[in-house]
Amino acid sequence: MEGSADVILYKRGLLTLAAGLLSGCAGQQSVLSPASDQARTLSWLGLLMGVICLLIYLLVVVLLGLALRRRARPAISPTGEVSGPVEGWLQRGLTIWASFVAAVLVVLAGASFVTDRILATPRGPAPLDVRVTGQQWWWRIAYRSPITGEWIETANELHLPLDRPARIELTSADVIHSFWVPGLHGKLDMIPGRANVLAVTPRKLGWLRGQCAEFCGLEHALMAFDVKVETPAEFQAWLAHQAAPAQARAGPGLALIENGACGGCHTVRGTRAKGRAGPDLTHLASRRALAAKTLSLSHGGLMGWITQPQALKPGAEMPASGLDPERTKALVAYLEALK
Amino acid sequence: MNALPDLTPVGDVAELPDAAMGPRGLIWWGTFGFMLIEGAGFVLAGGSLLYLWAQAPQWPPVGAPPPALGFGLAFTVLILLSALPNIWLQKRARACDLPASRLGLVVMGLLGVALMGLRGYELAHLNIRWSANAYGSLIWLMMILHTSHVLTDLIDTLVIAVWSFTHEPGRPQFADISDNAGYWSFVVLTWPPIFLLVYGLPRWS
Amino acid sequence: MSAVPILDRAEAEARCLAAWRDAPGLWGFLTTVDHKRIAGRYVCTTMALLFMAGVLALDMRLQLAFPGMHRMGAQGYNEAFTLHGSTMLFLVSVPVMEAMAMWLVPLMLGQRNMAFPRLNAFSYWTYLGGVLMLWVPHALNVTPDLGWFQYPPLSGPGYAPGHRTDVWAQMITFTEVAALSVSVNTAVTILRMRPLGMTLAKMPLFLWAMLVASVMTILALPAVMLVTSMLIADRLVATHFFDPVAGGDVVLFQHLFWFFGHPEVYIIFVPALGFVAQIVETFSRRRVFGYIPVVLSLLTIAVLAFGLWVHHMFAVGLPKLGASFYTAASMAIALPTGLQIYCWIATLWGGRPRLTTPLLWVIGFIATFVIGGLSGVMTASAPLDLQLTDTYFIVAHLHYVLIGGALFPLFGAFCYWFPKATGRLLSERWGKVSFWLVFGGFNLGFFPMHFLGLMGMPRRIYTYGHEMGWQPLNVVALAGSVIAVGGGLIFVANACFSFKRGAPSGPNPWEASTLEWACASPPPPYNFTHSPVVDSLTPLWPPPQVLPVVTGLSLDEREVLVTSVVDAQPVHRQASAKPSIWPLVSALAVSATFVGSIFTPWALVWGTLPVAAALTAWFWPHRRLTPGARRLLGKAT
Repeated sequence: MEGSADVILYKRGLLTLAAGLLSGCAGQQSVLSPASDQARTLSWLGLLMGVICLLIYLLVVVLLGLALRRRARPAISPTGEVSGPVEGWLQRGLTIWASFVAAVLVVLAGASFVTDRILATPRGPAPLDVRVTGQQWWWRIAYRSPITGEWIETANELHLPLDRPARIELTSADVIHSFWVPGLHGKLDMIPGRANVLAVTPRKLGWLRGQCAEFCGLEHALMAFDVKVETPAEFQAWLAHQAAPAQARAGPGLALIENGACGGCHTVRGTRAKGRAGPDLTHLASRRALAAKTLSLSHGGLMGWITQPQALKPGAEMPASGLDPERTKALVAYLEALK
Repeated sequence: MNALPDLTPVGDVAELPDAAMGPRGLIWWGTFGFMLIEGAGFVLAGGSLLYLWAQAPQWPPVGAPPPALGFGLAFTVLILLSALPNIWLQKRARACDLPASRLGLVVMGLLGVALMGLRGYELAHLNIRWSANAYGSLIWLMMILHTSHVLTDLIDTLVIAVWSFTHEPGRPQFADISDNAGYWSFVVLTWPPIFLLVYGLPRWS
Repeated sequence: MSAVPILDRAEAEARCLAAWRDAPGLWGFLTTVDHKRIAGRYVCTTMALLFMAGVLALDMRLQLAFPGMHRMGAQGYNEAFTLHGSTMLFLVSVPVMEAMAMWLVPLMLGQRNMAFPRLNAFSYWTYLGGVLMLWVPHALNVTPDLGWFQYPPLSGPGYAPGHRTDVWAQMITFTEVAALSVSVNTAVTILRMRPLGMTLAKMPLFLWAMLVASVMTILALPAVMLVTSMLIADRLVATHFFDPVAGGDVVLFQHLFWFFGHPEVYIIFVPALGFVAQIVETFSRRRVFGYIPVVLSLLTIAVLAFGLWVHHMFAVGLPKLGASFYTAASMAIALPTGLQIYCWIATLWGGRPRLTTPLLWVIGFIATFVIGGLSGVMTASAPLDLQLTDTYFIVAHLHYVLIGGALFPLFGAFCYWFPKATGRLLSERWGKVSFWLVFGGFNLGFFPMHFLGLMGMPRRIYTYGHEMGWQPLNVVALAGSVIAVGGGLIFVANACFSFKRGAPSGPNPWEASTLEWACASPPPPYNFTHSPVVDSLTPLWPPPQVLPVVTGLSLDEREVLVTSVVDAQPVHRQASAKPSIWPLVSALAVSATFVGSIFTPWALVWGTLPVAAALTAWFWPHRRLTPGARRLLGKAT
């Protein structure tokens, strides 16, 4: 029975995919899966502090338990005062405890300062400059074109070359956001009117996940992004490709973009669509996800997002396209060709 | 022992006065507490002004002349001078001198009215709207904060003055007059730093 | 038997009652200045709000137990965490601690009332205005929705149209006026109304804690009043404090807010340390170990707390050198805190502990708060904090220190002083059951959140994808929260049943040492007919047959004794304010002004008139008119 065999295969495929996604994705945004020098340094610091704090906690609990369960009890005067050898030891203990706590704090503060120094010292070849601007609720990403040196834009997916320091300049076009890729570094706020710089040196190939970490309004929960760390050669190829204008053949979809509302907010380089309010779509189909990882970049995702963005991400700036299904299909066909 | 103990007298406080002047009195401490609160507010507002001034490329920003110095100087001179009758009033009140207290309250009331008039001219000649930029907002913030204190003390003084002319005060009420004078000293002392921030900083930076 | 003169208690009680009793019924309710009644109102209101905030919390836990849930949309969830946080921090935690002080401070001082009785009444009505300021708009669907600290530009005129943020900002104004009023009252009472002989060196640790917390409140709360007023001004009258385009700075908001916000958490925590001190002393049956180190720790915490606020801003991108200073200071505050923990354990070690319910709550406090303190040491490290802040790690940390560090001692304090307040004993058995459920449920619910943060789960998200792998721990968090709330309900049920049917307690069921246990349970309106004289830190140890007191304060007029700051020498008698409607009227005038100023700045101008009138009536001394005034008013001379 072919049908049911297909179904079984299909279900197995889904399960494999799910399991892969689960194990794969679960670590992609974890502080404990460092993929860069900086994240590795921070996870060592976290481990050191965590272990020391755990030991201190156990010590306190043990002392508390002993205090409650001791058999021998001292004599207490009618006014509630206590003297004697035990009291004397408790007094000495106070000094010992104060010194111990102070010493631990000095060690931890010292470890923190050393970490700060390590994080501040750049190592490696000349850094790659990237600019990321937070918007409600997506990420505007800009690189220098390797050909012209001009800043070219993409959105919601960050690519970085392995082993080369990246200097990520962060700001915001509206409210305060926070750029956080736990696998690469701690978070840093994106503040309108300020430029913050995050220095990361990726050391592992593959995909990482980042998410906005400062409450930025209604759809703060749906503002995430992909990071891909690739070999320098792959990265150069990707960057050159991103810097080139749109590769798709003109068709009815492009006409809809240029003549309709889309071009007012979106840019497709090489066409007449030059809007800057929304994400750059020149190489939309080269990305994995849509609307800051609200959806995956599939045919269904694109259809749904263009037709009903407010149902998928209420409050997003993107209005419904108002196009009939035929035109929507043509538009999506064009977008899928924007590789 | 879970019963109420008996009570035995070991001292008597009936001969104590029913009020004390200055920090020995209870109410003085309430007034002092509110001075701390408002002082903290002033310090933070002034700190905010200095924080934004330190970041500004120009202070005041391009196109805004500093506040007109004349009215600010006049206000400053008058409020500092008002400290003299104020201290005299406080001393006379602590001595429970009713005629002197009444006179002092009237004088301080008139001075308060004159100062509010001068303050009105100051506010009309700050040469910036609060809605123009952050500099304008902060100048107005400092001025409104101080003005609200001048106004509050003026209303207090007028009410106490009316009361003192129509009633027979006891020691607690003389202590109140003294505390009110103390509050005016606070209003006087908080002015010079604000004057420097509002009138001086735009001219020196 | 020595012939010590004994005062006629019955006669004194009758005369005091006549002078100090409230009018019956509604009028008495509206005009009372009895600190115990007002404190009782505060406690009931805060506990009702605690329950409501808890329901919001369960709602959020349920929402997050299933990835991709759309039961609560983004708007609903954002409103929930805003209401939850704002209610807990502004309407529950600080007010309930102040209420406990309001109730207990005069009793522990052997005094009949606080320094400014009507100010207490005013503070409650103003606080109630703050409660309504937040919850009535919620009922009308104008709920604030940007969190319990609403950073501009998100909360500014450009991105938060409508009145939700104005509601939040003005609610804060109400509650801060109320809190400042109580704090001034508490501080002045502790400094100037101690009984003869209670020098600062013989003052119970709870009073030290409340003195410290009150002074901290006085110095910290103006910051939040200022910053929320500046935000309202930006929104309402087009000022530009936080507008970067016009020379303002959004980070200024954060500095001012956290200058308040960090001391605020210690303002909540320090009174809890006071509860712990008294409970540990009574149930170890000995004086607290290390009185002087504990007092010095309280003072050190108070000072240091004002120098830490930037640790809430490590991710803002401020200069690294500054961040290092705040790391060092934030770690340093662990030292005085750790010293206090040692002293409590040492008291138990060198004493004869009795495992009653209040002591269980203190043990729960130590076992729980220390986790929060240690996670705080981790987040004190500026670089590590960049991974931890704004994630569920911080959510875990803040709940461990607030619930473990403040609510557990508070519940212990409720159990400890319940017999004094009501004259009845709580059920020990149900008290212990509720403790274990709350303690176990809380730890089950919140410990996993440390790991969720490390797994990358940010704060304030209404949903997440299944692929993130966050669901299992979120389900555990839900289970723990449900258990804890169940324990809380049993706690309340115990209180309600015991209030009606508990065994009578007598004045000193715990054989405690401080003065509040020397008056009846519940205390009469005047607390003590005569002010006791003390000569030790533990005046009721050993339990006196005869309590030394002073005479001379009127039994027929409301009078209290004012003593000197350090040595508690007698200075003067003070007429104590009688019941009055003016605190309520003033609070109504103030409330109308605050509510109106959300809509128009002119409300501040017009509101001055009724406020001034009400305050004038409040403070108007009632003494003989002069002959001239009598003639003017047509009265007989």
